[in-house]
Amino acid sequence: MTKIFKRQIFIPIAAMLALLLFNLIIDPSFFHISLTTNNAGDPVLSGNLISILNNGSELAILALGMTLVTAASGGQDISVGATIAIAGSVVLKIVCGANEVSVGIVLVAFLVACLVSMAFGAFNGALVSIFKIQPMVATLILFTAGRSIAAWINNNAQINISDPKFTYIAEFFPGLPIPTPFLITILCFIIMALFMKFTNIGLYSQAVGINENSSKLNGINPVFIKFLTFVILGLCVAVCGLIKVSRSRGITYSSIAENIEMDAILAVALGGNALGGGKFNMTASVIGAYVIQILTTTLYKYNISSAALSAYKAIVVIVLVVISAPTVRRKAKAVTDKIKANFARKEVA
Amino acid sequence: MASFKKLSGLKKKVTGMTDTSLLLTITVLVFFAMYLGAVLFLGEGFLKPQTFFNMLNQNAALLIVSCGMTLVMITGGIDISVGGVVALVSMCCAINLDCHGGNIFQAILISLVIGLLFGIVQGYLVAYLEIQPFIVTLAGMFFARGMTTIVCEKEFGKVIQFNVENEAFVKIKDTRINMPEFLGTVSKRGVFIPAYIELGVIVAILIVLILFCVLRWTKTGRKFYAVGGNNQSALMLGVNVKRTKFTAHVICGLLAGVGGFVYFLHIGSGSPTHAAGMEMNAIASSIIGGTMLSGGIGSIIGALFGVLSLSTIKDIVSSMGFDENWWTGITVAAMLCLFLIIQSIVMARKSSAGSKIE
Repeated sequence: MTKIFKRQIFIPIAAMLALLLFNLIIDPSFFHISLTTNNAGDPVLSGNLISILNNGSELAILALGMTLVTAASGGQDISVGATIAIAGSVVLKIVCGANEVSVGIVLVAFLVACLVSMAFGAFNGALVSIFKIQPMVATLILFTAGRSIAAWINNNAQINISDPKFTYIAEFFPGLPIPTPFLITILCFIIMALFMKFTNIGLYSQAVGINENSSKLNGINPVFIKFLTFVILGLCVAVCGLIKVSRSRGITYSSIAENIEMDAILAVALGGNALGGGKFNMTASVIGAYVIQILTTTLYKYNISSAALSAYKAIVVIVLVVISAPTVRRKAKAVTDKIKANFARKEVA
Repeated sequence: MASFKKLSGLKKKVTGMTDTSLLLTITVLVFFAMYLGAVLFLGEGFLKPQTFFNMLNQNAALLIVSCGMTLVMITGGIDISVGGVVALVSMCCAINLDCHGGNIFQAILISLVIGLLFGIVQGYLVAYLEIQPFIVTLAGMFFARGMTTIVCEKEFGKVIQFNVENEAFVKIKDTRINMPEFLGTVSKRGVFIPAYIELGVIVAILIVLILFCVLRWTKTGRKFYAVGGNNQSALMLGVNVKRTKFTAHVICGLLAGVGGFVYFLHIGSGSPTHAAGMEMNAIASSIIGGTMLSGGIGSIIGALFGVLSLSTIKDIVSSMGFDENWWTGITVAAMLCLFLIIQSIVMARKSSAGSKIE
């Protein structure tokens, strides 16, 4: 029994169950799923749970990359929201530059966006690994400039894409009742799992995160590993950018994917990963991401505006980090040990 | 012979400079070079003393907040909640003055209390529970921003920006302190326009002076450097590391409260979108001012020059005709990047020099 409690994945699953239980008690209709037809006449699934799976996709994809960055460099990338804006801007520039939307042009746009955001990831990675700047501060540069660069790419033009083919990415493919972003998330998760299985990057980034010097002595190149994790995160960001612009059918440079960096860091923290680097569990992070989405959807249900939402989330973060803080755990353990000792003494008496 | 001695002394001075003064010197030089360049190539506007004073007027709050940020960064921490606190303070002050008939003293009290509360809670979590300062203050920032919206929605039922029309407040807001006559300019119609600064600037400069003296000459001030430089050795020297970190966060929170009031005094309205990105500007100013993120190195005067450099570059960019707002973001980021790399090189040089001695 205690083994289950000690597993890292226990924390996010417990949080998820607690939230779901809360919803079940307050309003069982939260779990209602129905099969309806959308405007185009295709069958689609709808309901709160489906919208959680749908809207949580970007966060889950980001959590994959963020976990790796956190593990290797012991810091987080706070520029992801801004880089999503850049990637989205690039996608829109290419898609709008073409005469009509086709699979080919979207694919080309996506590949270019991948290259661009990987380049920005490489920039962050170079600052962190080569110049040894703290990750959060190094990524502060792109955090400040990213949205400006995104606006600059499209000359601050307001772009709206109404072509239904482009919105398939964030809604439903005709004939498939499952939201496409969720399928993309599963695909990303499988690719990442295979990548982890067939390369040593997972092990190496843990080694670098735990002790950079000793991993260096063991023949791992910490500079390269850190650099690589940031580039991988760049790739995740490009996928998010594509989904985001498709979801909003356009782009608002100042507010697209706003505050998503906070949620991504929160997902990693909720997954029970040490924010100071080292061991990680990617599945736990992804579950953490969906927990956040459940929290968001639940709060939305009670008519809490998106701007006020952050206050509630902040409280959740503080409670979580306080509970998981080593000092608090040590103290709590000392208290429980004392109580146990008292019980034992009484029994002996 | 004597001149040779002097020369070698100078060389020794440059190479033997502490990191704090080396980074500070770079900043000050960059600032003067930039301002001189602006005066030479862009002329006109930059020659007027009022341009300089406007820079102070607009950035008094940022300066106060940057001072707090520098203090925390010297101890090796970071506080990114300051922008949110500024927004929350100005919203609360605005509602108090506009809707509840409060007076200025109540407003000042409110801002100080909010700032202190944020400082104490965050300081406790960072110093005594040893949670990463970035996470704690990130949550603090989101809490403050969310609370700003909640307070606004509770009062008006929706998110709006409103101007304060409290008479006593407007009177104080519009108070201008005229500078000596020779700094004024004569307009095209031949009317003399005196150069002026606002009340907030006086507060900011007072805070800069006080903090400068405290950091330089008092025991408490030196403790901040000791803790930031090396936690362990500070502990062995008998410095109460936890309490010092706690104090730094409390002062930073308090200054964020004061900065919030000064910001409110300058802008005279409340809105949840106020002071957006101020934490980033404050961090950028501190870094440009030669404060090391790893702690132990930095100065308040550096923060002053950091703020001035930041606003100069913004002015230069906008007066060069790049008035689309994205250029500001890009130039500030480029400047930040440059200074971070300079710091990193200084650190590398220092560590390589250290290994040579060994």
